[in-house]
Amino acid sequence: MQFFLDAVRWLTDPANYAAGARNPLPIQERIGEHLLYTVVAVAIAAVIALPLGFYIGHTGRGRQFVIGFTGAMRALPTLGLLMALFVIVGATVPFTRAAFIASIIALVVLAIPSILAGAYAGIESVDRNTVDAGRAMGMTELQIVTQIEIPLSLPLIIGGIRASALQVIATAVIASYISLGGIGTIISSGIGLNDNNRILGGAILVTVLALVVDGLFAIAQQLTKRRSSPGAPRRNTHVRSRSFGSAAVAGTTAHEGEN
Amino acid sequence: MIEFRNVTKRFPDGTLAVENFSLVLPSHKATVFVGSSGSGKTTLLRMINRMIDPTSGEVLIDGEDVATFNPVTLRRRIGYVLQAIGLLPHRRVVDNVASVPRLTGVSKKDARQGALQLLDTVGLDRALADRYPDQLSGGQQQRVGVARALANNPDILLMDEPFGAVDPIVRAELQLELNRLQRELGKTTVFVTHDIDEAFAIADQVVILSDGGVIAQVGTPAEILANPASDFVSTFIGADKGKRTLRLQHRDGDNATLVVDADGRPAGILEAD
Repeated sequence: MQFFLDAVRWLTDPANYAAGARNPLPIQERIGEHLLYTVVAVAIAAVIALPLGFYIGHTGRGRQFVIGFTGAMRALPTLGLLMALFVIVGATVPFTRAAFIASIIALVVLAIPSILAGAYAGIESVDRNTVDAGRAMGMTELQIVTQIEIPLSLPLIIGGIRASALQVIATAVIASYISLGGIGTIISSGIGLNDNNRILGGAILVTVLALVVDGLFAIAQQLTKRRSSPGAPRRNTHVRSRSFGSAAVAGTTAHEGEN
Repeated sequence: MIEFRNVTKRFPDGTLAVENFSLVLPSHKATVFVGSSGSGKTTLLRMINRMIDPTSGEVLIDGEDVATFNPVTLRRRIGYVLQAIGLLPHRRVVDNVASVPRLTGVSKKDARQGALQLLDTVGLDRALADRYPDQLSGGQQQRVGVARALANNPDILLMDEPFGAVDPIVRAELQLELNRLQRELGKTTVFVTHDIDEAFAIADQVVILSDGGVIAQVGTPAEILANPASDFVSTFIGADKGKRTLRLQHRDGDNATLVVDADGRPAGILEAD
């Protein structure tokens, strides 16, 4: 308990936030970097995975391939991937940028499976009768995707992004091994200095950051859920339970990432 | 006028849904395809708006092969009511109806205005316009479904077992409403059902189908009742069990004349004009 309190004291010490404090301080700059890496990695992953997921969910094509492929991607050891990419990228670009590029690629690879799974599972979960009705009304396939399938599956799509964001936040910590910034540098410098307060303080920071981001995504999911099934839904109960199921899955993945 | 010419549909799994089907569906009349499951009636209906394309043969609307039309533009000028109703759950009632004209570029304001008038046409209170579909009863939802099908003022109205999911009382009410709409609007209506009583209640022309889209008999309800073409038709309309042969029975007590079936069960009373 005492070292936990010490870590909190270290975290709340204004000196650790002072501008120009010795690297890896000040803390807020490391938090900012961490969030930046997360936003960049998740955004790139979303640009790749969302259209692909919508396509697979809408047409049902390539589903088997993608399930196998994303499973394989999930099984990649991120640390090994990071090191390999660092060596490969380091051979072509300057050292300082190599760390950033290699880390972002590794984090994007990590973020894609959850987003992809959320996107295609979401689209597939939309009632086929509603889609059929849209087509019979004279909607083009693109209109069916944008006006029916995406709005109705937003909670699941956001759930996928939520899970991937949590994984990226947790995993970006180890990118400090290849000299990337972020909260990981606080922890690794703590290990180097044998400073328990820094190690635990950094761990607490990552955890709190993950929880805050998770909470924001949870709110977004709730808001979109209400829009797609307002009032007292009698017929939408199965849709609801599915969404809850995905939230549970997202939660589990998040825990795996943090461990 | 809709015409089927030697239409055959074989699905990829090998099922022969319809074989060499030819028929003319007159304009401004209600034609009802009636048959049990596997008779190909829904397949026939969905070939009219190209939700399904025939394997061979042609479907013509006013003499033009539908295969020459872009499916999306074709569907926008044909109304379609589904058994599953299929309203968009994330849009309000008025926007569900308005979404059809919106697809063809009508402004939001005009589309909503038209949608409100259509709610009147199908007998729905405008107070329901701002509700979401899951806040409506099944019968009200299907009225919205009919309003949506009418939204682009199509010449053709396709109805695929539209009243199958509602209870018998509401179904009878909706059938009466449909007959009123048919009198007022005079659409070329194609209606699919497995319920022969529903077919007789709605149709100008009844098409009784047996397995594989084979026409067992085509005619007005009166023609079919008067002269069933085969044992299959007799069984299908219930004539073989005496359901359609009604007799008069005089009741001494209150001087009423009952109409009874072959079993002596009362079906109604006889009233002088």
